Amino acid sequence: MAEVNYFLNEEQQMIVELTRQIAREKIIPVRARLDEQEEFPWDLVKDFAQADLFGLFIPEEFGGFGGGCFEMCLALEQLAYGCVGVTTTYAASALGGYPILLFGTDEQKKRYLPDIAAGKKLAAFGLTESGAGSDAAAIQTTAVEEGDYWVLNGSKQWITSGGEAEIYTIIAMTDRHKGPRGASAFIVEKGDPGFSFGKKEKKMGIRSSSTTELFLDNCKIPKDRLLGRRGMGFIIAMRTLDQARPGIGAMGVGLAQAAMDEAIKFARHRIQFGQPVIAFQAIQHMLADMATEIEAARALVYAIARTIDTGIKDMAKLSAMAKLFATDMAMKVTTDAVQVMGGHGYMADYPVEKMMRDAKILQIYEGTNQIQRNVIGQALNKEYAKKA
Amino acid sequence: MDIVVCIKQVPDTATVRFDKEKGTIIREGVQSIINPPDLHALEAGLSLRDQFGGKVTVLTMGPPQAESALRDALSLGADEAVLLSDRAFAAADTLATTYTLLKAIQKIGLPELILCGTHAIDGDTAQVGPGLAARLGWPSITQVAGIEAVEDGAKLLLKRLIDQGYEMVEAELPVLLTCHKTLNTPRVPSLKAKMRAKKAQIPVWSHEDIGAEPDKIGISGSPTWVDSTFVPAFEAKKEMLQGSPEEQVDALIKRLKESGLI
Repeated sequence: MAEVNYFLNEEQQMIVELTRQIAREKIIPVRARLDEQEEFPWDLVKDFAQADLFGLFIPEEFGGFGGGCFEMCLALEQLAYGCVGVTTTYAASALGGYPILLFGTDEQKKRYLPDIAAGKKLAAFGLTESGAGSDAAAIQTTAVEEGDYWVLNGSKQWITSGGEAEIYTIIAMTDRHKGPRGASAFIVEKGDPGFSFGKKEKKMGIRSSSTTELFLDNCKIPKDRLLGRRGMGFIIAMRTLDQARPGIGAMGVGLAQAAMDEAIKFARHRIQFGQPVIAFQAIQHMLADMATEIEAARALVYAIARTIDTGIKDMAKLSAMAKLFATDMAMKVTTDAVQVMGGHGYMADYPVEKMMRDAKILQIYEGTNQIQRNVIGQALNKEYAKKA
Repeated sequence: MDIVVCIKQVPDTATVRFDKEKGTIIREGVQSIINPPDLHALEAGLSLRDQFGGKVTVLTMGPPQAESALRDALSLGADEAVLLSDRAFAAADTLATTYTLLKAIQKIGLPELILCGTHAIDGDTAQVGPGLAARLGWPSITQVAGIEAVEDGAKLLLKRLIDQGYEMVEAELPVLLTCHKTLNTPRVPSLKAKMRAKKAQIPVWSHEDIGAEPDKIGISGSPTWVDSTFVPAFEAKKEMLQGSPEEQVDALIKRLKESGLI
């Protein structure tokens, strides 16, 4: 049966081939154990590093592969087919690396990107706080200039790869009275004085990834750790998220594909009333919707990622669309996969219950899907105001 | 440390099916893979190279399509690859194969270490590694399940699998090892190596290129040949013993005695 042709070039096909192989040979055999034991996937991090995956989005001059948003999406889709928890660790390093890539000085790039590209060091992104999630402007962490240093105080919450990563991009207020324009971005390294980590959170899904608090207690860092200019913190955070969000959509596509594959395999063999349950129209229609919605999401994510790679300036709306549509789809498809498999689907012996638990986070992190709708809605309002 | 890794392309026996009438393997639709034990030999070579420098050359003899196995090896990080392909090599047994490999390795230039898998999952002779070492006049250490390089790589401490457990062996280079699947976990390919592999020009050498004597290669150089292949028939008879447990046990013991099993 024909597949949709997305006209991948040789390099892109190679990325798909490689990440698919890693998902099949390395991730799938261990995902249930990692989930159950909440074990950080260090062995897989080494495999990703060996495969050059951490440098996929980093230019060749800094030791990377020079891929764009689309190449990242292809890799994330295939890896998420194996496990969204493991893939979150991979994606988080890119999220922590993007601010340096997009806004770092040449010196900062040379200092940090080669290690991120080689997978020698994981990166992380610290924006969220207990009182500032969707409302990012409410952050309380402060950074004060003191001679040749910045001194940071405050705490960050639910930071992916907290404690495991070595390089953190932290958003802190430098001029509170300026509101959103009073935030700045800093590079904080594990081991910096006054920088420590809270306990590892217990989670519904993506349990192999590490999620912790970060504590900045008179954390003193050299002046050259400021990213971009003072006051650019929010722009840096938003641009980073714009760049990364289609990747979360791609993870939704990979996850949903995996759930559907499991459901179809099961439905072809499960006999009820004397025939495989896939012979029943009730099941067929659910599977038909799943397959169609997955393909629609894939097409949207790919098209938007490719558009972003043409170098467009204002990508917030498109990026939000890719994340919103594909991750809502993933939640629905994984839920339906459990339904198709009935009691079996609900049991931990089969992988779909984990997939359903993992799907939920995709609708929440890197901006809840309600925030994505806000971004899209505000962009529409602006666009149509210009047209009027 | 310059290393040659000998690999073989084999049908993926996990998916292979047999034509019972003709007694042959049905090759259509069966994927060709690198012989799995050879992947452990390659991994051993790559990690020694990563540790001590030098280069890893992969070598295989086979039909033109065996080139894809070499590209896979390059994707894993091998530095160079050589394909020995010539109609005159066809139907070689292990004697002719080791001669052909010897000639090729002499052309490549003698390395310090040669690594092979323990055996090929199709032919299953486990002769090529030791046979090649014999032709070179090198020691061979088979069933290697652990390698530790000492004295800056001049000496290897090896753990080899024997029936009763492990044997620890010390070997100076040059040496040939056959690698067991418990030796290591093969790495995944890398994007950069995959790109290189795709573009690599892999030299194809004929018997003339390696200066092999025609009567020592292929079928003419092979004192053994495959007469026929067949799928062994497994015949089992089933008999249910009836009666009370005591009667069943008596009947069972009687049957076992009759068959001379007890």
